[in-house]
Amino acid sequence: MSGDIILFGLAGVIASGAPIVIAVIGETLTERAGVINLSLNGVILLSAMIGFWVAVETDSLFFGFLAGMVVGALVSTIVAFSSITLKQSQVAVGFILAITCRDLAYFLGNPIMGSQGPIMLSTSIPLLKDIPILGRLLFQQSLMTYLSIIMIGIAWFWIFKTRPGLMLQGIGEKPAAAYVRGANVQKMRYFYTIVGGALVGLAGPLYTLSVKPGWKGTITGLDGIGWIVLAITIFGGWNPIRAAFGAYLFAFLQWLGLVLQPYMTSIPSQVLQVAPFPLMILALLFVNMGNTEWMERLIASLPDTVRLGASKILRSMQSRQPGSLGTPFERQ
Amino acid sequence: MNQTRTRSISLLFQLGGLALAVLFVTIILLLVDAQPMEAFRLIWEGATGNPTRIASVFVVWVPLLLVTCGLLATFTAGLWNIGIEGQITVGAIFTTGVMRLFLDTSISPVLVIIISMLAGMLGGALWAALAGILKTFGGVNEIFGGLGLNFIATALNIGLIFGAWSRPGIASMSGTEPFPEHFWLPTFQNFRLSLWSIGFAVLGLIIIYFLLQGTHFGLRLKAVGKGMKSAFRMGIPTWQHMMLSFVICGLFAGLTGAIQVTGVYHRLIPSISSGYGFMGLMIAMLINYQAIWLAPIALFFAALNIGGIQLPIVIKLDSALTGVLQGSLVLFILIMQGIKQRFVGKK
Repeated sequence: MSGDIILFGLAGVIASGAPIVIAVIGETLTERAGVINLSLNGVILLSAMIGFWVAVETDSLFFGFLAGMVVGALVSTIVAFSSITLKQSQVAVGFILAITCRDLAYFLGNPIMGSQGPIMLSTSIPLLKDIPILGRLLFQQSLMTYLSIIMIGIAWFWIFKTRPGLMLQGIGEKPAAAYVRGANVQKMRYFYTIVGGALVGLAGPLYTLSVKPGWKGTITGLDGIGWIVLAITIFGGWNPIRAAFGAYLFAFLQWLGLVLQPYMTSIPSQVLQVAPFPLMILALLFVNMGNTEWMERLIASLPDTVRLGASKILRSMQSRQPGSLGTPFERQ
Repeated sequence: MNQTRTRSISLLFQLGGLALAVLFVTIILLLVDAQPMEAFRLIWEGATGNPTRIASVFVVWVPLLLVTCGLLATFTAGLWNIGIEGQITVGAIFTTGVMRLFLDTSISPVLVIIISMLAGMLGGALWAALAGILKTFGGVNEIFGGLGLNFIATALNIGLIFGAWSRPGIASMSGTEPFPEHFWLPTFQNFRLSLWSIGFAVLGLIIIYFLLQGTHFGLRLKAVGKGMKSAFRMGIPTWQHMMLSFVICGLFAGLTGAIQVTGVYHRLIPSISSGYGFMGLMIAMLINYQAIWLAPIALFFAALNIGGIQLPIVIKLDSALTGVLQGSLVLFILIMQGIKQRFVGKK
């Protein structure tokens, strides 16, 4: 395989990772605020279908993406209302919506199956595109891919370097303390759930208008992406940069599966396509293992020289979820 | 007096949820220029129109009932066993694998069926235990561990169907080579329905009802589910109970997979779990995790599934409509319950 082809493939990884990056950032913002939005799998399918539909009807990519975001925002409003206002289980509501929105997408999308629609083309950035290697990799992409890359930085800056971001960390970590300091916990949770949902809703049309063009019903191949996004959010330790790394890693492994397929004819192609999933679990295991009691005891029992190194390695991988994730906040 | 009043208010809100779900689906149908009454009539006809269809409803009822029985155990322990789909799949894989071992032996088919189904239960329990181990020893939340294990089970299943167990010459989505007829669970004449699987379902329901309602174990499981710390202080070994509830759920899921292989498809197919696991989670939520309403609600869901088959055939609507109806029903009833708690007072 020549270098050119590899470069072409890696540029494709950046592009096909874009919707996952955007969705993971959306869910990261939501979970940072203390809300688990489990509806992702349904939202991505429904917004993919409706975004594609709107783009076909209006012949405008912009309205397609906008429609996807509206779908995401609406569905996450249901999650926010039932979990924040009505105090029902976030997991239950999210799961029901994940299933219902998926079926809704298949039902409503039936008439437009296989239609021709607009496809987002790539826009090269002058000058930058001529940089060797990097230009091909990063600067001959579509506008949405650029947006996804910029978004990683913005989200990171927002969460860790701004006042509202600090507040966001507070309402997810210790809502009672944030409330005492004057944060309107419920309102902010609504805000971040809806904004996060809108971002997830942007990922849907990004598939049907760019990465996997068209709506083909159950064989569109998007069922399952939402669950993966949830796993990557944890893998990313609620940090946009690490989450983006997880998203690209996933896209890279899927590409690798495709590339290696001709060389591994004994393994059915369907197996290689899901190969990233077991690796994802393994990663989750490493990320979480350091938090368990027996691991702490094991490390404490190691000889001093080994202990420092082992705990350092473990600490670098591990992450801790926002303190109040999944629990409703009640004013006393 | 007061109790009957709160109960009737509860019922009123539940009926309100039902009405909203029907209204929602009606609006959806009007959106796509379909006639709602016609669609509802077709679903009803499709589920009850003739004996074959009624039998088909019960063919779906059995797996729905069994998986939900298992899920009641994990829900009681406060666990969201989303890995149920994979547990059904692995159960089916184990059943198929063991049955293949005995295909050309002289052991009596009845014994082979029994051993294969036990193997299926073991497979389901192992896969569930894996989610439990990931949770208790790996700190991986059961939702994410379960989701990952679902994907792996699917990969394993497809890998076997297209690889090691593929039909000679033609590996395809239609599944593995069907088993000879004497390895099938005996069915009623001309129907796919087996009296044995009905028996398993009823037995399973009785077992889980008494296990959770009438035993000390059920009580302790409930304590674990209500709050780990207090249960731990009361001296209940928490993680052991969680593991046990996973294993119990896995046994039921594995049995479900075994029945799908031996009683329904007579082979391993790619979508062997048919989404029944996720549907079981919805049913469990709808019955508020109480076994008492399980049988009729599971029957209702099964009827919708079978009735929906007529939609694409007769009026060119996607059968996913019944999934929308099921989902919106659970959603609206949950929302109405929340509204009641907020505005009418607790419980």
